[in-house]
Amino acid sequence: MVSGLSVSEFLSILGDSFVSQRIVTIFIITLPVIGLSEEHGLKQVAENIVKKRENLSSGALLSVYLAFRELAGFLSMRIYGLVQFVRPIIFPMTQASAEKKKGKLSEKEVESLKARGAAMENFGNFFAQNTFVGAAGVLMMVGTMAELGYNVTNIELSQYSIPIALITLVLGIIKNIIDDKKIKGGK
Amino acid sequence: MTRAEFFPMFLEFIFVIIGLQFFYTAYRVSRDPSKEKKLTTIVFWMILGVLFALGKVIPSEISGILVVLIAIISLVDGIKIKGSKEVSEKIQIASSKRLGLKVFLPVIIMAVLAIAIAKIIPESSSSVLGLTAIIAVVFAMVLTKSSFKDMLDSSDRMVQQVGAVAILPQLLAALGAIFAAAGVGDVIAKIIGGIIPTVNPWTGAIAYVLGMVIFTMIMGNAFAAFTVITAGIGVPFVIAQGADPAIAAALAMTSGYCGTLLTPMAGNFNLLPVALLEMKDKNKVIKEQALLSILLIVVHILLMRFWAF
Repeated sequence: MVSGLSVSEFLSILGDSFVSQRIVTIFIITLPVIGLSEEHGLKQVAENIVKKRENLSSGALLSVYLAFRELAGFLSMRIYGLVQFVRPIIFPMTQASAEKKKGKLSEKEVESLKARGAAMENFGNFFAQNTFVGAAGVLMMVGTMAELGYNVTNIELSQYSIPIALITLVLGIIKNIIDDKKIKGGK
Repeated sequence: MTRAEFFPMFLEFIFVIIGLQFFYTAYRVSRDPSKEKKLTTIVFWMILGVLFALGKVIPSEISGILVVLIAIISLVDGIKIKGSKEVSEKIQIASSKRLGLKVFLPVIIMAVLAIAIAKIIPESSSSVLGLTAIIAVVFAMVLTKSSFKDMLDSSDRMVQQVGAVAILPQLLAALGAIFAAAGVGDVIAKIIGGIIPTVNPWTGAIAYVLGMVIFTMIMGNAFAAFTVITAGIGVPFVIAQGADPAIAAALAMTSGYCGTLLTPMAGNFNLLPVALLEMKDKNKVIKEQALLSILLIVVHILLMRFWAF
């Protein structure tokens, strides 16, 4: 057992803190809203928005996707971005756009486009998710900080997560512009 | 009744509703004809229902035993998706044409209203999401012409889909209390205290951010790292030195995410795309993310030093 704790102490601390930490799992009550929206075409409508941006360069498309992914995080939309967007929509669109400008791409360039799509998905997903007041990470922080004796609210935490979300967006857009130049330069 | 009395009661009411959601899922599972892992799955959702709806009135030792039970069931992988409703692609497409952008309204109402209400009534901030979720679900039912039963079945479908992972953050937060009681934070604080030359805002900010990054890279999970590193480094070297606890915590968590994007331990995010996109180089996604993640680590250190303090 953990140092210095009896079994019954361990159980009552565990039970007590699990019950007082129910707030961490409050997002369960939002699931019917998201479920109903999904069953009525949330993802299909989102796909159409992304598809409308067909004439952009690869980097610009990836930047639009990054912004879209961050917004989805703020709205707590559960997206399996990789399966729903990157593989079926974003990667083919960026490839088509790069080929339109440059002709046939080398295997290495195709590989790089795939990695860029996956990276945008991860950056957008991770660094914007905490801007939603009910995000798992935010609620988990509220719980842990309370156990450590600090009262912080999920509203504060989600607002303090906004700067990083915006900085990530800006850095991501800069990365996409630089990477686009590399494709053109590597001719 | 004052606001300070009302909102904790309202929060308890929300937990009872969540408990009922878990009970409904246990019921749906019990109706499924297949026997595989049926009993453990029912027990898992029933226990969660009890802990949420009745947590306040049952003795803490009993709750502790129940928590150990659900932890064991999820460790032995005893939970299976059973008896939840199928999503019809036909309805999805038809509704997406009928509703268009309006389909976003329920989730927008839920997120934006929560922030607005919490601004006006600060006491409501922890329970406000429950309130706006209820408002949004009623709105969604009207918008999508769904019945109460449809809504319950959606709840069950989603609850089963998030599954055991859903309670992991709560388990980790509870584990944090055990760590605190056992003095794990003090041990880490002693080790770090021995490493850093002097305690000041610079060394504190660097130790907290890098501690989160490195621990997340090792564990593959920022939540687990947050519990340990905040107790061991964040509190003694950053917050106790005068930093704002909420800003420091928010930055620490996203510092951990920088670590997530740099480690093969986070397979879901860094290795799964390699398979899904049929890439040649297993580490290509991590390499693609490396430069930006390292830049973000630097940004985190600067924000921790100049914004949190």
